Amino acid sequence: MSALLGLTAHELQKLLRKKEISSGDLVKEQLHKIKQVEGEINAFITIAEKEALRKAQNVDKKRSRGEELSPLAGIPMALSDNFLTEGIRTTGASKMLENFIPPYSATVVEKLQAAETVLLGKCNLEEMGLGATTENSLFGSTHNPHDLQAVPGGACGGAAAAVAAEEAVFALGTDTGGDLRQPASFCGVIGFKPTYGTVSRYGIISGASSLDQAGPLTRDMTDCALVMNVISGHDPLDSLSVAPNNAKDYTSFLVNDIKGLKIGIPKEYLEGVDPEIIAWLQQAAAKLEELGAHCEEVSLPYRDAVLSTYQIIAAAEGSTNLARFDGVRYGFRAEGEDLDTFYKKTRGQGFGAEVKKNIILGTYVLSAERYETYYLQALKVRTLIKEELEKKLQDYDCLLLPTTSTVAFNFSDERAKALAGETAVLTCPANLAGIPALSLPWGRVKDRPVGMQFLGRAFAEETLFRIGFALEQKTNLTRLSPKGKGVC
Amino acid sequence: MGVAYEPVIGLEIHVELKTNTKIFCGCPMEFGGEANSHVCPVCLGFPGALPVLNKQVVEYAVRAGLALNCEIAPYSRFDRKSYFYPDLSTAYQISQYFFPICKGGYLEIEVNGEKKKIRLNRVHLEEDAGKLLHSGSSITTSDYSLADYNRGGTGLIEIVSEPDLRSAEEARIFLEQLHAVIEYTGVSDVKMEQGSLRCDANISLRPVGSTKLGTKTEIKNMNSFKSLERAVEYEIARQREVLEDGGVIIQETRGWDDSKGLTASMRTKEEANDYRYFPDPDLLPIVLEPQWIEEIKASLPELPTAKKDRFINELGLSQYDAGILTSSRDLAKFFEETVALYNEPKVIANWLMGEFLSLLNANNLEIQESKVTPQQMATLLKTLNKGEISGKIAKTVFSEMFASGKDSATIIKEKGLVQISDEGALTALIEKILAANPKSVEDYRGGKKNALGFLVGQVMKETKGQANPGMVNKLLQEKLN
Amino acid sequence: MKLTQNELERIADSAKLELSAEESQNYTQALQARLEQMEVLKQIEASQVEPTIDLLPLTNVFREDKVEKGLTKEQVFANAVEVENDCFKVPRII
Repeated sequence: MSALLGLTAHELQKLLRKKEISSGDLVKEQLHKIKQVEGEINAFITIAEKEALRKAQNVDKKRSRGEELSPLAGIPMALSDNFLTEGIRTTGASKMLENFIPPYSATVVEKLQAAETVLLGKCNLEEMGLGATTENSLFGSTHNPHDLQAVPGGACGGAAAAVAAEEAVFALGTDTGGDLRQPASFCGVIGFKPTYGTVSRYGIISGASSLDQAGPLTRDMTDCALVMNVISGHDPLDSLSVAPNNAKDYTSFLVNDIKGLKIGIPKEYLEGVDPEIIAWLQQAAAKLEELGAHCEEVSLPYRDAVLSTYQIIAAAEGSTNLARFDGVRYGFRAEGEDLDTFYKKTRGQGFGAEVKKNIILGTYVLSAERYETYYLQALKVRTLIKEELEKKLQDYDCLLLPTTSTVAFNFSDERAKALAGETAVLTCPANLAGIPALSLPWGRVKDRPVGMQFLGRAFAEETLFRIGFALEQKTNLTRLSPKGKGVC
Repeated sequence: MGVAYEPVIGLEIHVELKTNTKIFCGCPMEFGGEANSHVCPVCLGFPGALPVLNKQVVEYAVRAGLALNCEIAPYSRFDRKSYFYPDLSTAYQISQYFFPICKGGYLEIEVNGEKKKIRLNRVHLEEDAGKLLHSGSSITTSDYSLADYNRGGTGLIEIVSEPDLRSAEEARIFLEQLHAVIEYTGVSDVKMEQGSLRCDANISLRPVGSTKLGTKTEIKNMNSFKSLERAVEYEIARQREVLEDGGVIIQETRGWDDSKGLTASMRTKEEANDYRYFPDPDLLPIVLEPQWIEEIKASLPELPTAKKDRFINELGLSQYDAGILTSSRDLAKFFEETVALYNEPKVIANWLMGEFLSLLNANNLEIQESKVTPQQMATLLKTLNKGEISGKIAKTVFSEMFASGKDSATIIKEKGLVQISDEGALTALIEKILAANPKSVEDYRGGKKNALGFLVGQVMKETKGQANPGMVNKLLQEKLN
Repeated sequence: MKLTQNELERIADSAKLELSAEESQNYTQALQARLEQMEVLKQIEASQVEPTIDLLPLTNVFREDKVEKGLTKEQVFANAVEVENDCFKVPRII
């Protein structure tokens, strides 16, 4: 039965439809696995065992009544703990929300519920989505299933690890500057950041408003398409969501044909990348050529500006988004004899170091005397970065670059940790430009997963899904099971 | 010692827009009810909640801007204004700093018969904060406070004037005029006592002839037109005294204390020097098509100034009367509808400003809440004009109309109040009264003319006021002479 | 120096964050380093460039002025610590 746990959602759905397995049994298996490995992985903050079993039962009942069910019905999944789930604790991995039980669910959560998926639990992440190793969490670090000594990446390290460790069939995470793709790459799973506005942000703890997008963490491209079909689309509760007539069927993009596609490899972004990863990139390019695409080197000179631009915007927006956490209406509350003391102690004690530093940075760049030099300048450079990418994507169907500059490093590697934030240089351009980005597992270095990244034009997810699907059919490099390595 | 100072005053006015729902969420506008009963994740500032702009609020802002002669910005957007205070659930207020929806504008006021144009700087949209209740009698004497977010998220427009006002009286007149204009547009109830119209004043002094601005203070807590005038008056005098003593004005916020009649330095909010404004990334720009603006403009009613001028020029009313009648849209409407049925503007004006307004005030009612209709008013006045009832009886009938909602004909009939003008009937009665009061007759014939008044009074008393006084007077005189 | 410790403490104050002396020191160092790296932005000539604020080419995203369901009383206060008379309690403001 444990062979079940490595299957994709669509493979499991076949079995469920044929009634060879029940959702209830599947979920029980999954919960059992979670109990087995959680001691070492620590991917979950909250495990919603009762709710999961109840939901699975419900779905099984509907199935036995012959009801028409969605392709993801009865499939067990996990959510990063920054998606609000009504009645189920949502912490943002922060002391500030340690005991917070939301009175409402995020729009995407409601969509997943309506599709009859089964929520197993809420996954660990960097506190309030800030960081790249999933160590800055109130609930301890998550460990990489491929090697327990290694970090899973961040911010959504827990969700990526859960999928990799076969604790959940798929998961949702959020991506502000690479927070979904980097852990996907480190953990050897697919991570997809949609075009900005495709997935509703309502009910997700805000990172940075103009950068955040939620996306799937899955084992293959078909699962990715199935999840996108459920979570994407207009939401009247999110002003920055796509117009209502924008519905797509992502499974229609799963076409094994990339002949004639032009793919650019931005040379500036290969600076500082581990040579073994570059070798994998060249291998990917070769495979793509075999499949009929054409790869060539391109230039994107604004590479050196992306990290600072991203950090300033993320800090500015993020610091104001975090200002609502003041202990008055919900969350952690410290004692204070007067209002000012109360605020300062609540926020000083409720937030961890990374969050506090980010708040200070954001406050600094928005201050009146620095607004033009930092924030406004960052917005202008954002335009330059965005236009540069858009222009290149007029001549090329997509861009290929590594997701990260190294593979997952050890917790004990202080130097690598110090530089961890810098790896965002490869992922944050997609957020700055609001364009879609796919991270596809692609081989290993020293037994640790490598991820290849494809950037596409805004709303041209089709191209990325084609490429991912075609590569998937061509090799087995995209399925990196951690079996035999540390866990399972 | 010789330096004459002139006051320089600007006003900042907040107007609550009377939409069905708040500016960024679907919560209903609060009208009483328990605390925190009209709230949702958005206006409570829960994690993950996002604002979505209420279309009606935009329309109302444009309406107000057009009525105030503003330039409507084709492009405007929202900004975050950051500060911490318990009545602000997200610790930033969504406002418009960089690109307000309306720019410039002006309001014409009349001060001592002279027309003056007061320029506006802008009109912009923002959300209101919630309410704080303090455990003690004031914020400085409270151990704790309680936050109610029902009001939080209400759509407001902020109207900022240029510092063109030069006296407390001008300030009051300006606010009254602004009140009338906004009331006419229908976008707000603009009731100061209920908080749907709030006003702060910025006041400074400078030597007459100087063009440089002096240090200003901000005055808050003025809850009526009168208290605005008193507060501004006080602050001008206070600043003058400080400057004449050789002191300097400290730039600060001061609260008006109505009972003590003075302004005092406030230290309730930490002087948030830097609001760190930046464009709100959760909201998109407002792009106003000229066609939509034209539609809104076409739907505006005749505004107070135009209406007042028309009442004076076409209907022959005095400045004063026209001013009173146009101060409220519903009052003006009632007046016009009555005039349409009975073309005696001056008579109607007197009745509205006299009997009607005093009854409304005594009963704390708005004119549109009263039972009296323009048709009923017109009928009553026509009846009076025909002489079927006396002026005094008419007032009695009107009171009854006001109380019961019945029309004048019904009341006159029910109470048998038809005026007695029949010569025959009156003559008989007069003879009776004369016979009963021989001394008065003698007095009158002896030269005491006021004995006539007494005799008229007796006739009126006998007829319970229903005798036609003019006729009684005439007949008595005939009989006596 | 881009950011002195005093300045950091002032900023932390306005952001309502109480920091220990150690935090204050550490954060100053960390942020100074980050700000150094951000100098690269100042080198970029962008005076004629429009800032990017909106990631979607949309305008006039409105909702109708219709009442929507809000939160029940239980939901409003479920996560609040100090409540009195249906209000959220805060300590002495002055």
